[in-house]
Amino acid sequence: MTRYQNMEQLTGDFYTQNFAKTAREGSLILNLGPQHPSTHGVLRVIVELDGEYVMRAEPILGYLHRMHEKMAEVKTAAQFIPNMGRVDYGHAMGWNWAFVGAAEKAGGIEVPERAEYVRVITCELNRIASHLLWWGAYLLDLGAFTPIMYAFDDREKILDILQIPTGSRLTYSYFRIGGVAQDLDADCIRRIREFIPWFRSRLPMYKDLVSDNIILRKRIEEIGVIEQDVCRRYGATGPVARGSGINYDVRRAAPYSVYPKLDFEIPTSDLKCARGRYDVRMAEMEQCLRIVEQCLDMMPEGEVLVKGAPKPSWKVPKGEAYFAVEGARGKIGAYVVSDGGKNIYRTKLRAPGFCNLSLFAEVSRGTILADAVAILGSLDLIIPEIDR
Amino acid sequence: MIKEALNTMSDLWSLMVGLRVTKKYFLDPQVTVRYPWKAVSNIDSYKGHLMLVGGKKDKGLAKCISCGMCAMACPSNCLTVVKRKAPKPTPEEEQALAEAKAKGEKPKDKTPKDPEKFLYDFTLCSLCGTCMENCPVGALDFTGSPYLAGYSREDFHFDLVQVLKNQAAIEGVDESAAPEAGQSEA
Repeated sequence: MTRYQNMEQLTGDFYTQNFAKTAREGSLILNLGPQHPSTHGVLRVIVELDGEYVMRAEPILGYLHRMHEKMAEVKTAAQFIPNMGRVDYGHAMGWNWAFVGAAEKAGGIEVPERAEYVRVITCELNRIASHLLWWGAYLLDLGAFTPIMYAFDDREKILDILQIPTGSRLTYSYFRIGGVAQDLDADCIRRIREFIPWFRSRLPMYKDLVSDNIILRKRIEEIGVIEQDVCRRYGATGPVARGSGINYDVRRAAPYSVYPKLDFEIPTSDLKCARGRYDVRMAEMEQCLRIVEQCLDMMPEGEVLVKGAPKPSWKVPKGEAYFAVEGARGKIGAYVVSDGGKNIYRTKLRAPGFCNLSLFAEVSRGTILADAVAILGSLDLIIPEIDR
Repeated sequence: MIKEALNTMSDLWSLMVGLRVTKKYFLDPQVTVRYPWKAVSNIDSYKGHLMLVGGKKDKGLAKCISCGMCAMACPSNCLTVVKRKAPKPTPEEEQALAEAKAKGEKPKDKTPKDPEKFLYDFTLCSLCGTCMENCPVGALDFTGSPYLAGYSREDFHFDLVQVLKNQAAIEGVDESAAPEAGQSEA
């Protein structure tokens, strides 16, 4: 006999009632979110607790569903680009690139070489900004308030740089089919060159301030161990997979743009715990700086938008194309199917956060509730991206 | 036992290292600005809401030729261009028209090309710049202002033609009255 025998008397919506069906006697069912600060937006997780221990957890999605894929069906390809900045506000450039890349592949459009370098530079700077945002917010979750101030000090500098070519500070709509909207001007390049050594000098400070701190180490070491087979089963990518020792990065596994010409490492960690994912992201910021530095040296002069670039009324030729890029959270994919009509017939967006979140149910089983929140944060979730 | 004690010592040391960083930044000058009294200066490249660009001669008259490319390109349908209606021809003109027709010439369209109204709904706009890129005459631009605010939804529905006219009127007054204003301020 279970405590939740009389289902009709139970409060809660469909999800809670369904979840409660298999609950054990004496356990507590708790809704974490959808308005909980530690869930970074509107993620809802139903947990079954035995005292402090999580017996079962189930993420429930859809509170921030904005029909981006459907909107792609009522707009032309060029008109859909502004949407991509809104899918993931953390790493908008990556999403810009994924969709634009897929459209270019379907249309067989070549991108000028300078535009490729500009894309890499802006994408990598955006990746640093995204990791800084995660770093600050994650430590905020864990109860450390000031780190986010340091992170935003640096992030602000990147936003200032990216504001020059893009004109916006968060939801960039910068890439165009066949290039980018504007060239990096001399002022922008000078600022990037100044930023690189400055941010390099900040990284040891981050290490002293937080990474080596014993309180953080005791907090995130050995919690949320994700085995490699779990990563593979759920399709986890990005720092979550690399934190478990899987050396998978789209920039190396399926190289695109000018990444094969660049010399950089893919940081991995064998710790498999939340600390591993933390280390991977911190190491990745340094690699981003290396990439940007090389790109600035190698960047040729020339056009940034191909001649005769598609107008808004441009129709994607009949066919299909898939293009994947490495985002700050993992593999971002855009799949475009066109029947040759005015609008794209179907667009599928592969969000890395969706796969990374889905393994949470398995990983959080048997942990303490406070640890479960720390694990959730270590996955670097951006809810708008998960729900799309 | 000794190892444990050493570990504890190194753990405590990590806290001291962190505090050293805190102390260093505590003594540093403030990096933020107190907004209403002082504003940030890095907004030159910021894309604010749209505006029409005035002509070289008459700053109040838009360069726009009412072709409607912007409204067609806009992903969020926030633009409406209202074309001017052809002016009613005077009797002499009508006569001339009839004569031209008789000769087989195509009558010239004398309708002014600038729009009567250029309705812009900022609540829908996503500031993507597609309209700007598709304007054949470069008649649209972003204002660099991030400070737009309003009390109601209607405050963000603009008629850009009117906005441009008002802007030009204010600027015209400013230019003529500039020396005086400068003196009074000093």
